[in-house]
Amino acid sequence: MENTTVQMVALFLQTSVQMGTPILFATLGAILGEKVGHLNLGVEGMMLMGAVIGFQVGFSSGDPALTLLAAGSAGALGALIYAFVTVTLRANQIVTGLALTIFGTGFSSFVGQKLAAETLSDSLVKSFAPMEIPILKDIPILGKMFFSQSLYVWLAFILAFVVYFFIKCTRYGLNLRVVGENPAAADASGVHVDLYKYISILLGGAMCGIGGAYTSVVFIGRWQEEITAGVGWIAVALVIFATWHPLKAIFGAYFFGMLRTIGFKIQNLSIPFFGNSFIIPTQLLDMIPYLMTIIVLVIITLRKKRENQPPGWLGNPYFREDR
Amino acid sequence: MLRVTKKPETSSGRRFLISILAVVAALLATSVIIFILGYNPLDIYWKMLEGATATPYRLKETINKAIPLVILSLGVGIAFRMKFWNIGAEGQYYMGAFAASFLALNYFNWPAYILLPAMFIAALVAGGIWCCIPAVLKARFGTNETLVTLMMNYIAISWITYLQHGPWKDPGQFGFPKIANFEKNAILPNLFGVHIGWVIALVLVVLVYILLRYTKLGYEISVLGESVTTARYAGINVTKVMLLAVFLSGGLCGATGMIQASAIESSLSYQMSGGLGFTAIITAWLARLNPFTIIIVSFLFSILLQGGTYLQGALQIPASIAGILQGSILFCILGSEFFTQYKVSWYKAKPKNKTENKAESQGGEA
Repeated sequence: MENTTVQMVALFLQTSVQMGTPILFATLGAILGEKVGHLNLGVEGMMLMGAVIGFQVGFSSGDPALTLLAAGSAGALGALIYAFVTVTLRANQIVTGLALTIFGTGFSSFVGQKLAAETLSDSLVKSFAPMEIPILKDIPILGKMFFSQSLYVWLAFILAFVVYFFIKCTRYGLNLRVVGENPAAADASGVHVDLYKYISILLGGAMCGIGGAYTSVVFIGRWQEEITAGVGWIAVALVIFATWHPLKAIFGAYFFGMLRTIGFKIQNLSIPFFGNSFIIPTQLLDMIPYLMTIIVLVIITLRKKRENQPPGWLGNPYFREDR
Repeated sequence: MLRVTKKPETSSGRRFLISILAVVAALLATSVIIFILGYNPLDIYWKMLEGATATPYRLKETINKAIPLVILSLGVGIAFRMKFWNIGAEGQYYMGAFAASFLALNYFNWPAYILLPAMFIAALVAGGIWCCIPAVLKARFGTNETLVTLMMNYIAISWITYLQHGPWKDPGQFGFPKIANFEKNAILPNLFGVHIGWVIALVLVVLVYILLRYTKLGYEISVLGESVTTARYAGINVTKVMLLAVFLSGGLCGATGMIQASAIESSLSYQMSGGLGFTAIITAWLARLNPFTIIIVSFLFSILLQGGTYLQGALQIPASIAGILQGSILFCILGSEFFTQYKVSWYKAKPKNKTENKAESQGGEA
């Protein structure tokens, strides 16, 4: 009896991390975009583009590296359209992002219609299967969560540190932040504003695409229409929840992943409380990420701590001659 | 080398020309995609147009899709004029539908001439209040309204999903999660074959036009949109004007929810919008927030939506092709606005500063 509960909790934590992985990829991508001042509401669209192209290439080639590359390129292609329209042509970011989501959704269902009944080759499934690390994976409760995960899950985790290090500790990262805070100052000090924006938005798009492909290739393993099911929007929320910080995004993503797992696995959550049990319907749990994000947004605006603020120029186009 | 400079003013004729060129460019770009995917683009376009307009039934379906788009775009447009980025139309729509459904499901014995107006007003108030929450947060704490209105969408949708699976689930559906259908007196009547929502939409277009053009509030909204500081200097009560305008904005979106729930769905469902609240943001923007242009743009967009549905139903060609088409048209039109605001000219570069405007020349047509 005792043993099965422990196993269930271990399985629950393992699934939560898996559910959080696409969220983490997309959030890191969105952070990169927002750090250069571009609010991209096309995250969901880029994820879907990556999900479908990743699945298509994985299905026809069976090669894991090629799958990742294709998914990343598809996401970056979506981001390129967005970057061209908002950076070079200075169009409204919100509207362009929404257009990208519409485009990506249409694109993925269209390309995906022939993939609906297909399954991936065994060799590809195997290369993304959880790596069982001996001994460590048998640690009760936490073992499975950390030491029985796909390489893909680890990639997201490591990527968060890479992004953090890049933004915080390199010269390029500093320039990138200045572009998002005050593009005029960056321009005046010789930083190529548009180039930074392009690279950052494209890299971000690639991460969103790879995150989308995690859902289709690894987590579900089959193609379904709109397979990302709103993860892109959760990522937009999580960027704020994590106050634009890649490492905080790890905790946020796994936490939101946990909430999604509860909704995914159980119908109603009953919490024992002094002999009575309260039943929380899972549909209401879906609200929590968004509700908490609003609360966090109010708190960071109130506390006005420098490092928690959104990038200063977020949402505004920059045109040298407008100064 | 390319040089970009700001243009003083663009004539409306030139603007129109640029927009047309953008649509043509979009059609060309989509043609390439459709061709690569293995269909004949001209055939697809023609079938979509046919599917949206050729028979009275199809035309009615197209108008049914245009009605909510028009009112939602009007709502979004009011807030956008003030540069209050309300992207929460979707949530306001659902909260409006929720309030209207509450009356329709509980007070179905009221006569229609009382029940329907009551539902409309309840929806307006609910949508308005839902939109005022982010506005109050902005006024009190200075939070970014774009992000808050976006989050509020998903809270509203979760709420409706909860109702549908829980307390409002119709026991007569044998366990299937569906909210009960409305009684007859909670359903909007038809006029000339289409539900009366089209009259409401046209009346609202005129009202919003008058509001923006000829009233003090409309003037204050546009001043606020230009500059908050100017508005303060002019003695405008910024918070009051903002809350009032935002209430109207959300109210219109909420009212749309009532019209859809009553006339189209005859019930409430967490899937009934199908992303209309987001599409409306795009239509409002493309119409440059002008109430009358909103009618045209919304109708054209409905042709795309209905044409896509027809492709799927009648020809087994996926409706998602309409999504690709919408996306490409949007990218091209959004991008084309650049050419109405800026002038691009060639000039001879001095040999040294080569890296400048590199980004300008890369990318190509989206």
